Amino acid sequence: MSLTTGPAVPQAAVDKSPDSGGKSGRTRRGRRSLSKHNLTGWLFSTPFLVLFGVFMLFPIVATLLMSFTDFGARNVTRPLEAEFVGLDNYTQLFQDDKFLKALFNTAYFVVVGVPATIVLGLLAAILLNNGIDRARTLFRVGFYAPVVTTIVAVAVVWRFVLDPSDGLIASLASEVGLTAPDFLGSETWAMPSLITMAVWRNLGTVMVLCIAGLQAIPADVREAARLDGAGAWQELRGITVPLLRPTLLYATVITTIGYLNVFEEPFVMTQGGPSDSTLTVSLDMYREGFNFFHMGYASAMAYVLFVVIMGITVLQLRLLKDNTR
Amino acid sequence: MTADTATKARPRRRTGGVRTPLLYTIASVALLVMAAPFLWMALSAFKTKQDLTASPPVWIPSRWTLDNFTALLDQLDMPQYFLNSLIVAVLVTVSNLLFCSMLGYALAKLDFTGRSKVFAVVLAALMVPGNLMILPLYVLMNGLGLIDTYAGLVLPFAAGAFGVFLMRQFMLSVPDELLEAARLDGAGEWYIFWRIVIPLVKPALATLTIFTFLGSWNNFIWPLIATNDPDKYTLPVALATFANDPNRTVGGGNGMLMAGSLLVVLPVLAVFIVLQRHFTQGIATAGLK
Repeated sequence: MSLTTGPAVPQAAVDKSPDSGGKSGRTRRGRRSLSKHNLTGWLFSTPFLVLFGVFMLFPIVATLLMSFTDFGARNVTRPLEAEFVGLDNYTQLFQDDKFLKALFNTAYFVVVGVPATIVLGLLAAILLNNGIDRARTLFRVGFYAPVVTTIVAVAVVWRFVLDPSDGLIASLASEVGLTAPDFLGSETWAMPSLITMAVWRNLGTVMVLCIAGLQAIPADVREAARLDGAGAWQELRGITVPLLRPTLLYATVITTIGYLNVFEEPFVMTQGGPSDSTLTVSLDMYREGFNFFHMGYASAMAYVLFVVIMGITVLQLRLLKDNTR
Repeated sequence: MTADTATKARPRRRTGGVRTPLLYTIASVALLVMAAPFLWMALSAFKTKQDLTASPPVWIPSRWTLDNFTALLDQLDMPQYFLNSLIVAVLVTVSNLLFCSMLGYALAKLDFTGRSKVFAVVLAALMVPGNLMILPLYVLMNGLGLIDTYAGLVLPFAAGAFGVFLMRQFMLSVPDELLEAARLDGAGEWYIFWRIVIPLVKPALATLTIFTFLGSWNNFIWPLIATNDPDKYTLPVALATFANDPNRTVGGGNGMLMAGSLLVVLPVLAVFIVLQRHFTQGIATAGLK
């Protein structure tokens, strides 16, 4: 399955996955080297697997176990004394207005933010791939730079760009006689402001993925369409988007996962306010866990979020599979 | 919105006369919008208090000053935070390069029982959100006495699944014949890995270096949790703490924040601009799944 043909990895290499063998010749050779490389294979794997086991696998399981307990501040030093409370944390979660609001806010972030990021990223890719020959590097660097910059620093800057008294946008608005809203201080505007910043920051990733995908579309397909008299809009709908579908779905999956986990933007820019209007699930989990030390409760939150993420990812990957068949 | 009109307005022929200037105009406006926060930050860092609060906004400082930087260095131990970020990022990068290429080599070139299961674990790990682990990880690190230590900041990120995936993909393209020939000559697996395969996958190592280093440099939530002692803060944690500090002096504080943001972002942007080719390559490769 080829999504995007990156310049770095030859396509042939990708198809040679270990379980894609099965021809008789390969199996025989495989069995011979199996005995030869068993020990070395595991020796090369061990360092990674040990770190992975201790710092990832163990915490994943521990979070699940903690979510069924009343794990609190005193258990940080005495974890085994936490009491088993069954599904109490989970039932409590779904009666907790604050958590439900966080869940709603996170969904809002995803539902508005993901399509905006994908569409603008795709349009930037098409623009830079088909229209811009000179200074192409400058444009790519400019569009991609927000992706690599430290989010805390850019969040701090955006806070001032959006400031109602002497911020950039407010001042520009007053120039033309308008009054800009108090973006981060208004329950209506705070979330759209955070989403705008996230879109600004992440569209570069989608753009780069789409450029790689666009370059994998054979030029003669486009030429043929143009000769048949297809306009730009028809070319976009009839050729570019269908052929980019795997890339776009992959970009959608990673953007969705990223936005479901959104934490830094509300933490730095609004601290979840005003009146919890930008409280996301990750921020709620952080607060419950590390400000109030309701760690059992926070673990249940983490798992609800995890299940949501897995569900959406599986759904999106299934779409991806159906469409490439 | 701007780019949408671009696609609609695009004439059929590639060599349209009006088309090119129009597209460049649209692209330039979009570029300016993308760059505006950076420009605002960079210029504000050199502004006086009057310029910072001026309305209408002043883009170019009427008087350039380094006061914001000196005040910042006065109030915050920026060199220490810089050093902390650097040490953590270097350690995370080195350990990822080593452990991820080792497992990548095993997955790409060594047939061993359980290999496909190990690879499945790596792929599954790619999908697990980092926030799922932080609660017990904090308890674990606290129990090990690693809160406020470099080890506590490094270990959870010492071996990432993305690196394994990337290295495996690259190493698959190293010809088997080369390795067989070396084995016939009596070379051991470690020698083959270190002397033959590693030099051949240098571009992949470069990509992994950039991504891991920047990932660590920009990491926020774990350093926020794993440090209480300001002496162990990384740059983003120090900056966020300062930004959310209600005691921060209002007028001058803003200029200091811009100066601080500039100091955090500048090294990243510089590295990115020099090595941008590797970035796009890495993103495109990650999309190969």
